[in-house]
Amino acid sequence: MTTTPFAPGTRVRTRTADPDGHTRLPRYARGVTGTVLEVAGHHPLADDRARGLDVPAQPVYHVRFRAADLFGSGEHTVTVELWHDHLEGPA
Amino acid sequence: MSGEHHSSTISAQVRRVEALLEERGLLAPGEVDQRIDEFAAGGTPANGARVVARAWVDPGFRDRLLADANAALPEVGLSMAGGLQEQRLKVVANTADVHNVLVCTLCSCYPIALLGPSPSWYKSEAYRSRVVRDPRSVLAEFGVTVPEATGIAVWDASAESRYMVLPRRPQGTDDLDEAGLTALVTRRGLIGTALV
Repeated sequence: MTTTPFAPGTRVRTRTADPDGHTRLPRYARGVTGTVLEVAGHHPLADDRARGLDVPAQPVYHVRFRAADLFGSGEHTVTVELWHDHLEGPA
Repeated sequence: MSGEHHSSTISAQVRRVEALLEERGLLAPGEVDQRIDEFAAGGTPANGARVVARAWVDPGFRDRLLADANAALPEVGLSMAGGLQEQRLKVVANTADVHNVLVCTLCSCYPIALLGPSPSWYKSEAYRSRVVRDPRSVLAEFGVTVPEATGIAVWDASAESRYMVLPRRPQGTDDLDEAGLTALVTRRGLIGTALV
């Protein structure tokens, strides 16, 4: 494993790129800062696999966002499962 | 992504590929349906209900379930290994402080082995798009009133993990045994669109 995982509690920001093909980074969660809750295993990036690429596994995380940061309002949280490559950190 | 695929291009493509594979003898007629049936066999909300009831009566199991659900499931004779690979299960517990609700905004990811096939509303665009933005209103439409003091945590199954909600044990159930408690738990309770 060459990727050093983000530790729980790390503040991370999702990437803003809008790829042509499949991505598991939901549009509503692009370019937003959240907090890593835990590492949820290691898997090849689904975005790359959808393009037929044979890629190594990388950390996948539960990342928690405040609704206010995602949508501008709301008191709830949304936890999204994201690959390391979807994230920039620490923010 | 549409919620309806019956007449879509993709379903026509799938039927064509299936027919070609059968013509070439790579696939027996009906094999796809058979494999899907095998995968779904035994998958029913009764499994999830059994897990919940055990967690309600056994605090040690509850702790193990929340810490590592895949390791705890065999204690009640279940596993997440029925598919091509074992899927990671994350169980999230409702408390006085937080009510959890599940969604897959990208498609319809769901713990089939534990809960069976998902309900149609779970796959609808309306549920998938609205519950992340305004869960309290969506829950109200399901008849669920979450107290203002209780926060709401939405979980989007956007990658490899599957989720299940551990509802709170209802008050006044002290006299029920594990089987009686199992009967209280609903599929919607396991998704978070009901309290139990």
